[in-house]
Amino acid sequence: MRTTVPVIVAFLSGIILVVSFFFQETSFIGGLSQELKVWLTIVGGFTLLLGVVSITRVNFSGVVRRRPGWGYKILTLISIFAMAIPSILPTSWSPLFGRNAGSIYDWLFVNLDSPMMATMFATLAFYIASAAYRAFRARSAESTILLITATVVMLWRVPMGEALLNMLPGDIPSFLNTYVMGGANMAVQRGIIIGAALGAASMSLRIILGIERTYMGKG
Amino acid sequence: MTGIEIFQTWLIAFFTLALFSFLYKDNPVYKIAEHIFAGLSAGYYVGLIWDTVIIQQLWTPMTVDGRWWLIVPGVMGFLMFTRFWKKITWVSRIPLAFVMGVTAGIFLISQLHGLVLPQMRDTMLPLWNTQGYGQLFLTIIIVVGVISTLIYFYFSKEHTGALGVTAKVGIWFIMISFGAHFGYTVMGRVSLLIGRVQFLIEDWIGSFT
Repeated sequence: MRTTVPVIVAFLSGIILVVSFFFQETSFIGGLSQELKVWLTIVGGFTLLLGVVSITRVNFSGVVRRRPGWGYKILTLISIFAMAIPSILPTSWSPLFGRNAGSIYDWLFVNLDSPMMATMFATLAFYIASAAYRAFRARSAESTILLITATVVMLWRVPMGEALLNMLPGDIPSFLNTYVMGGANMAVQRGIIIGAALGAASMSLRIILGIERTYMGKG
Repeated sequence: MTGIEIFQTWLIAFFTLALFSFLYKDNPVYKIAEHIFAGLSAGYYVGLIWDTVIIQQLWTPMTVDGRWWLIVPGVMGFLMFTRFWKKITWVSRIPLAFVMGVTAGIFLISQLHGLVLPQMRDTMLPLWNTQGYGQLFLTIIIVVGVISTLIYFYFSKEHTGALGVTAKVGIWFIMISFGAHFGYTVMGRVSLLIGRVQFLIEDWIGSFT
């Protein structure tokens, strides 16, 4: 019961989507697959909410039990509620509610969440520079290729670097665009995409057939 | 600048500097900013899912359009929350299995039909064409690059002999691609850093005068 029902659900929902590929969208099975995709969005939305509820529970429990850093956890809880509660209240009550421009949700996103996200990613610039120092040391043929390509691409992507490359004999920017980005780079991306897609397809088949059950967890 | 604009600028500047302070070392000011950021990001998804999924895809179609059968995914969604009660945790497997099954069904077709076949078709190009030696050279690079990359990631046989040589060529191609991607990533992150520094210098320090 605890395992069989979920396996049957996964099989039926998966097989309908696969079979529907061979039917027109206007057919019964085509329509059913479209409906299942809408259902997926709804259930998927609830899984995201489950994640937020889980974060709230963990932080709340940490505050109640006075775990190390409980003061910071209060800030997390306040931030969650400050962003979430006004966003789910109807705009008819107040223009500050909902998600429109001028709402509390929008103000917090524009003035706090968005700049903090950009800063977090900008901080990575320093760590990526440190990683580059280690990765770009020309200790072998492979790392030398990595060093040359990365350096040339970085130069090529800034106006001053492009001007420098243009001063050299031959059309280096055009060569980079055609043979490095559109040739070698694209070939590798294609190889990786083909390999990963075959892996994803085989994993999908295992899930539909009930061979892969690790997503259910233990018990 | 109005009072509220100055307040907003100072607020953003405070949190920007608070997050950058981690570059020196972990500290309480960074932790405050980090926890607020985590909370806001979680709260952001509540607003997003509530509006775009719960209201637009579930509540309005059910109550306005009469699509009453959407109660089924709605109930399945609520069943997800049974994970919080140990005795009935297993019930959450049903909606999870539904998500996995539908996603697998979509993936099985989309990966093979939408990715593998088109990518293979675009790789199998005629060597001799009317576009000259440049195009011929490009086609050879692509064919050799794709095959050698695939062989490098083929681990069912030891990389010796011809397979080893091809895998070695694959590594060189992969290094070119990784180098290009690394270069792009560095440039992307540095662009963000420039944006933040520009904000601090032009908007925040500019507001002093």
